[in-house]
Amino acid sequence: MKTVTLTVKKEPELYLECETLTPDAFAGKKADEIAKIPAYQGREDTTLGEYFSIAGQAGASAAETQIIINGDCSKMKYIGAKMSAGEMIVNSDTDMYTGGWMTGGKLVVKGNVHSFCGLGMEGGEFIIEGDAGNYLAASYRGDWRGMQGGVLRVKGNAGSDICTFMNGGEVIIEGNVDIHIGTHMEGGKIVVKGNANRRVGGQLVKGEIYVFGNINVMMPGFKHNRDVELEVDGTKAVFAEYLGDLGERHPKRKGETVYGKLYLKK
Amino acid sequence: MTKVVKDVICPFCGTLCDDVEITVSDDNKKIISVRNACAIGAEKFNHTSLPGRVTRPRMRQPDGTFKEVSYDEAVDWTAKTLVNARKTLMYGWASTSCQAMSVGHEIAEKIGGIVDNCATVCHGSSLIAIQDVGVPSCTLGEVKNRADRVIFWGCNPAHAHPRHMSRYSIFPRGFFTVKGHKGRKIYCVDCRYTDTARCADEFIQVQQGYDYELLNAFRTAARGEVLPDTVGGVPKEKIYEIVEELKGGRFGVIFFGMGLTHTMGRNHNIDIAIALTRDMNDFTKFNIMAMRGHWNVTGSGQVLAWQYGFPYAVDLSRRTKARYQTGETTSVDLLIRNEVDACFNIATDPGAHFPIDSVVSMSKKPTVTIDPHINMSTEISDLHIPVAMVGVEVGGCAYRMDNVPIETRKVVDPPDGMLTDVELLTKINERVDELMGAK
Amino acid sequence: MSEYIIKNGHVFDPVQKIKGDKKDIAIKDGKIVEASEVSSSAKSINAKGKTIMAGAMEIHAHVAGPKVNAGRWFRPEDKIFDSHKKPGMTRIEGGKSIPTVFKTGYEYARMGYTFAMEAAMPPLYARHVHEEIHDTPIIDEAALPVFGNNWFILEYLKNREIENTAAYIAWILNQTKGYGVKIVNPGGTEAWAWGLNCLTINDPVPYFEITPAEIVTGLMEANEYLGLPHSVHIHQNDLGNPGNYKVTLDTLRLAEKVKPKNDFGRDQVMHSTHLQFHAYGGESFANIESKAKEVMDYVNSNEAITFDTGNVTLDETTTMTADGPFEHHLCSLNHLKWFNVDVELETAAGIVPYVYSPNVSVNAIQWAIGLELALYAKDPMRCFITTDHPNAGPFTRYPRVMSWLMCAKTRNERLNTFKNADKIIDRTTLAEIDREISLYELAAMTRAGPAKSLGLSKDFGGLKPGMNADIAIYNINPEKLPTKGEDYEKAFSNVAYLFKDGKICVKDGTVVDNGQKKTFWVDVKVNPNKQVRHDVVEKFLKYYSVNEGNYSVPDDYAPHQHIISLDATHA
Ligand code: SF4
Ligand SMILES: [Zn+2]
Repeated sequence: MKTVTLTVKKEPELYLECETLTPDAFAGKKADEIAKIPAYQGREDTTLGEYFSIAGQAGASAAETQIIINGDCSKMKYIGAKMSAGEMIVNSDTDMYTGGWMTGGKLVVKGNVHSFCGLGMEGGEFIIEGDAGNYLAASYRGDWRGMQGGVLRVKGNAGSDICTFMNGGEVIIEGNVDIHIGTHMEGGKIVVKGNANRRVGGQLVKGEIYVFGNINVMMPGFKHNRDVELEVDGTKAVFAEYLGDLGERHPKRKGETVYGKLYLKK
Repeated sequence: MTKVVKDVICPFCGTLCDDVEITVSDDNKKIISVRNACAIGAEKFNHTSLPGRVTRPRMRQPDGTFKEVSYDEAVDWTAKTLVNARKTLMYGWASTSCQAMSVGHEIAEKIGGIVDNCATVCHGSSLIAIQDVGVPSCTLGEVKNRADRVIFWGCNPAHAHPRHMSRYSIFPRGFFTVKGHKGRKIYCVDCRYTDTARCADEFIQVQQGYDYELLNAFRTAARGEVLPDTVGGVPKEKIYEIVEELKGGRFGVIFFGMGLTHTMGRNHNIDIAIALTRDMNDFTKFNIMAMRGHWNVTGSGQVLAWQYGFPYAVDLSRRTKARYQTGETTSVDLLIRNEVDACFNIATDPGAHFPIDSVVSMSKKPTVTIDPHINMSTEISDLHIPVAMVGVEVGGCAYRMDNVPIETRKVVDPPDGMLTDVELLTKINERVDELMGAK
Repeated sequence: MSEYIIKNGHVFDPVQKIKGDKKDIAIKDGKIVEASEVSSSAKSINAKGKTIMAGAMEIHAHVAGPKVNAGRWFRPEDKIFDSHKKPGMTRIEGGKSIPTVFKTGYEYARMGYTFAMEAAMPPLYARHVHEEIHDTPIIDEAALPVFGNNWFILEYLKNREIENTAAYIAWILNQTKGYGVKIVNPGGTEAWAWGLNCLTINDPVPYFEITPAEIVTGLMEANEYLGLPHSVHIHQNDLGNPGNYKVTLDTLRLAEKVKPKNDFGRDQVMHSTHLQFHAYGGESFANIESKAKEVMDYVNSNEAITFDTGNVTLDETTTMTADGPFEHHLCSLNHLKWFNVDVELETAAGIVPYVYSPNVSVNAIQWAIGLELALYAKDPMRCFITTDHPNAGPFTRYPRVMSWLMCAKTRNERLNTFKNADKIIDRTTLAEIDREISLYELAAMTRAGPAKSLGLSKDFGGLKPGMNADIAIYNINPEKLPTKGEDYEKAFSNVAYLFKDGKICVKDGTVVDNGQKKTFWVDVKVNPNKQVRHDVVEKFLKYYSVNEGNYSVPDDYAPHQHIISLDATHA
């Protein structure tokens, strides 16, 4: 594995769109070639080299490439979007779409991320050490195929509308979350280790949501089924299992209706 | 001698009444009287002859005052601002014609603008919901001819769409609804007792911020599942009873407004109301419709859709592709995050509708406002370009809240020498071409 | 206007029965002329080793109007990664399954198409349809207003009032700038306004005391009474359901009762659209099978019928039709988002995204049926290739459909690699067919045939001197035909040249000119009809939500009109 280190040397005046900042785009390139990779600010076409000083070089493939980014990236969008392999470590906050549509590799943001991060994620590992904004691991507008796979962990809190139309994979929020969690979810697993505000599992078809703390208001469409002892993300405890959303359609398997499940730690 | 113009379209609200009759002076200059329109609609027509109407562009001076300039100077300043900016917010469009929008989009595509309309602060959340789950809906005539269950949820047409109830939804007699109001059961769901509630047979008071939960309860009840004793302040017995009444109707319809789009959860409230409507179609016929506000905000969504595929907040800033994301390419977010470096307002007043932070942000950027009248936005702009009033002084296509397109009519002449939106935008477009060609 | 002479190309033109001979084509003032008629300054185009055909004509696609546009905006996910600015004189092009107007015009042109028929125009929304047509570059377009569930029609035909029906059709064509008579799920869509449907041609329409069979027959009679350029254009009852081929045959047989009567050289009285969706056997989706052979045996025997295929392309797409109840049914099967609009007094529309997967047997069987229909067609002048865009797939996939039809190897490769290939082979007859459609047959299926069916054969669909200079030149050498399907696909996707009205609009796949698109519509003169006038006034007064005075399409919505005027004032 070879390492490329990018250090911010100029802050964008508006916001910099750098969907080209991925191991996939860097693979096989030397520092001076990476510097020429396009980036965009409104209708101004620019390059990564305009905004970063670049050291080191990429591996032959994405999988053999590690990217380390230093400096303030809080006005940069699409970092790591669509990455398929390799490793990225961002020592900063980042803006929207960080890790959006990623299919593989490992992305670590050692700060906060804005909205739409991990959107439509299909695979790989995405770790956010700070807080995440809204629409984390949700689907793009209109798409019924949200997060499909991979693991996304937020060490801080997350905003609202997370995991909309989730179909697979796992999202762990170690802090609290705001409203509308797992809306229209049809698969996968969400773990909230702190509190959830309201509207958890609205229109839930299938899939599992775990909440360790409190839910401010339960949805009327959830009904208590039983208490079970489970180990969830390293914590063993008794959880109250709710079935829902009873107002929503549910698939059948072998004649049995399959409900979505909400677990509240007792 | 005066003359009467018939079948005039009212360019005020999304009801887009098309039966207005206007008496004008024989020189086509003055509106003498307005028939059939409601009070707010009539007022709009009377706006043409307000004293003190500005008829020439006004440019902000270093001392903060406005000075009259020629249209040519205004066009030049606007084109230069657009060409120099990296990302321009081009907001408004809800009170102009589709023909004008088309010219505007051509400019936007060249200079890398972001075209947004006032859905961004009203029914954008409805559009998002429809993108997520679709919508079973119909034209307003269907409601008049067939509906026997009508629900107003979080909307107050008695004030916002005054003729809606008499033309389409409560009182009219239609082909299968010969009894008019008597044959319909009207429900009003709101967190407060409104004038629309007064017209309803049943008023359901929902605790503020509990619409999503209440709609979830309706869906749960429709599937025969158990409910908690009350949801959002409504007893479960009432919920079961209403659900049965709705199932028992022949044709139901839900109209909704800001009470759903602008309270907690926004698009999710609409989403689940649509889901309920969809469920009801397993038992009977059911439709749902947004009460769109501005008379042609729907048209802006339509033109953007056929040209770029998205109904508002269309980001053309890269010039090589169109993108769209509520929360990112929407005006308020762009302004608050300072993501744009110039503003171009047309045919809607962001100064009056946007949160104060975004208005302040706008006031600090080069800003031009194109509007027939002085409004809050013109007053924070560097340039105000007055234009003829669409639907009064010039025709053009508009889309009603149910997406029915109607060509609005010219009733009187605009003040002498005043340009229309189409004429002005065409000039700006040509000037942009010259400037970009020279670059 | 410039003059051109296209030299050394291989011409395929069923109008003149030219089957690939080398022939020079000359162009002057937007028309094709004899080579001797152009001056020596005519620009010469070398088409050596290339195929020349007339501009192709799309007979059935959903490309403009309210439901197409709803499909666009309620599916942002259809273009989030599919919006581009391509080289040439173009605007941004977006959308996979429902392209924007710009992409629609450019893509048709790049494939060699010069005309497209919007297949379903709700009269109340005609202005919207024309606004989109106006913004669609290069190609000529027309639109078919829908009549099969219209209250006027239901009431007139209940009493078999053909003359009133005809007068009303003439009025609507004039008001909407429409081209002909479209029928979608006759009676069934009106029933849908109550959540019901008509699944056979004898199911009564609720409250209107009429059956689909009576509606179809009456509209055919009225169509011929007027002598319109196109025949009735029908999407039959019970679309998409297993076992529906019987309803299909019942409907097709209705054509036996009516004789064609027109001055446009049209021989059919019924155009049956997207027949693939109507040729299913079996009782359920578990045992659905192809009845393409049975349906085509009948179609081949009845010259009063033309049809288009509705080929499934195995893509993710967006279904949209005025068949409201079908879309509701579809959404109950795939649970995806559902858009529905019921249109007062006239029609309805539904939209549901759909993913045709090669791994789903039903989809693979549908794919096979579409191809079987074309391969069983004895008369390529009566069989036209469509995907019922975007219902069975986007029109941008025509080149691939053509490659399946023209290359048996490519077709069989696809067939044999389906997940459940054995089942598909068992439930269809495709594996038994080795026919390959020739370039000459293709020219009939995509040019001369549709032109004739639409009553446009005098000026369009051929390369005879005097005809409109709409010409496509492809990089296909008939003396050395491609051996791989993908080569056909490539050649048909990007013309070497497209001439529209005698102007080069596309060169090597790049748009170089936006042309001057025209809107075609039919203006019929009929005897003054007091009854119809009275009914129009009354219905607008009582039941419509717009005034009659605001119903028509203003002239400036269609700046370049090609009006086909005819006189149907009967003595
Ligand atoms: S209801 Fe709306 S459109 Fe109708 S007259 Fe009043 S303001 Fe105008
Ligand atoms: Zn169709």
